[in-house]
Amino acid sequence: MNVITMHDFDRKFIETILSLAEEKDNSTENNPIFSNKVLATLFFEPSTRTKLSFQTAASRLGMQYIDFLTEMSSLKKGESFTDTIKVVAGYADVLVIRHPNEGAAKLASVICNKPIINAGDGSNQHPTQTFLDLYTIKKSQGRLNDLYIAMSGDLKYGRTVHSLATALAYFGARLYFIAPEHLQMPKEILDYLDKKGIKYSLHNRIEDVIDKVDILYCTRIQKERFVDIQDFVKIKDIFVLKPEMLKNVKPNLRIMHPLPRINEITTDVDKTEYAQYFEQAHNGVPVRMALLEYVMTH
Amino acid sequence: MFVDEIKTGTVIDHITAGKGKKVYDILGIGENYPYKVALVMNVPSKTREKKDILKIEDVFLSDVQINLISLVAKDATINIIEDSQVKEKKKAILPNKIVGVGKCANVNCITNFESAAENHFDKESSKYKCLYCERLFSPEDLVK
Repeated sequence: MNVITMHDFDRKFIETILSLAEEKDNSTENNPIFSNKVLATLFFEPSTRTKLSFQTAASRLGMQYIDFLTEMSSLKKGESFTDTIKVVAGYADVLVIRHPNEGAAKLASVICNKPIINAGDGSNQHPTQTFLDLYTIKKSQGRLNDLYIAMSGDLKYGRTVHSLATALAYFGARLYFIAPEHLQMPKEILDYLDKKGIKYSLHNRIEDVIDKVDILYCTRIQKERFVDIQDFVKIKDIFVLKPEMLKNVKPNLRIMHPLPRINEITTDVDKTEYAQYFEQAHNGVPVRMALLEYVMTH
Repeated sequence: MFVDEIKTGTVIDHITAGKGKKVYDILGIGENYPYKVALVMNVPSKTREKKDILKIEDVFLSDVQINLISLVAKDATINIIEDSQVKEKKKAILPNKIVGVGKCANVNCITNFESAAENHFDKESSKYKCLYCERLFSPEDLVK
């Protein structure tokens, strides 16, 4: 089994993984059920949380892991992605791949017969982040159904919000998308939500919706997405979350962020009861343990 | 201008003027193609101002090939010629799946970087979804 895109999973599967993750989260002991198995992490783009949490998850399941380092590899000699995958598939039992090109993980799943887990493919999908986001939402709100969820920042290129919006369609969420016009949620995702009958609206200020929502999911706006740097300078402070914006929010509001954060949430928000982004990052371990266990056994 | 009639083969008629070369390309007709081919462009037409026509001698196109034509010339008529007569007329319809033909219009799609990746698009209503990058494209986008 592979984990490539949230489009491959239904609500039942998502709930199965979240239950398994809860079991892992509640267990204080390591669970070395795969002591003879090897995980390969192949990150063709930088990563801190995703890679380390996969390696931690593998260790807790008793797996060994091998790590492909692009700067020390035959990529430097011009080896193709396809050849690299075919070679590593001979060494490992499961491959976790992050790549700057959309569709890379899917291609890997077509050319090799080992389970592939997509850890981010360009601006397309980041499904394991979505499982941990859903897990975090469920843990904080006690449910996934019928929540009011806002996403802010770079919604066009941010793969985490694409995967999350796709998955939330299964749970009848009311969605609010807050972004500069040219970084709004792509039409493909909006069309998909329309097809699923999900209600959403587009906004350009966090203040317009923050008092209504249960979850505010912030993402980073990247300077390199702007043709004119002056456009970036103009909007960069509009999408910054500050403590004074939290005066009238719902008590159950939780603020999430896939991290790394640059300046889109000021550090004094960290002290508030609403900040949940560090716990969110920690949830990556039980969720990825659950996903690894599932793909190794199905 | 005069182009010989063909006794046996295929005449692709009513190609939108200027799209004849695209039909030629999508059928994989290249410099080593072994059959006689005539591409006539900007021919006067009764139903429109002008059209292109492609004639291929001794070749009957498969249904897969015929449907590929719809990506670039949706109004084309495919005439099957036997004994110098039109034996059958066919219309190209958009295929449910396109494999190994076309190019993903997403410049960052992995299929545009890896020669081992075979293009694969699945039809979703009137658009095509790339199996790899999951983006949706109009048929014309895949054969630009």
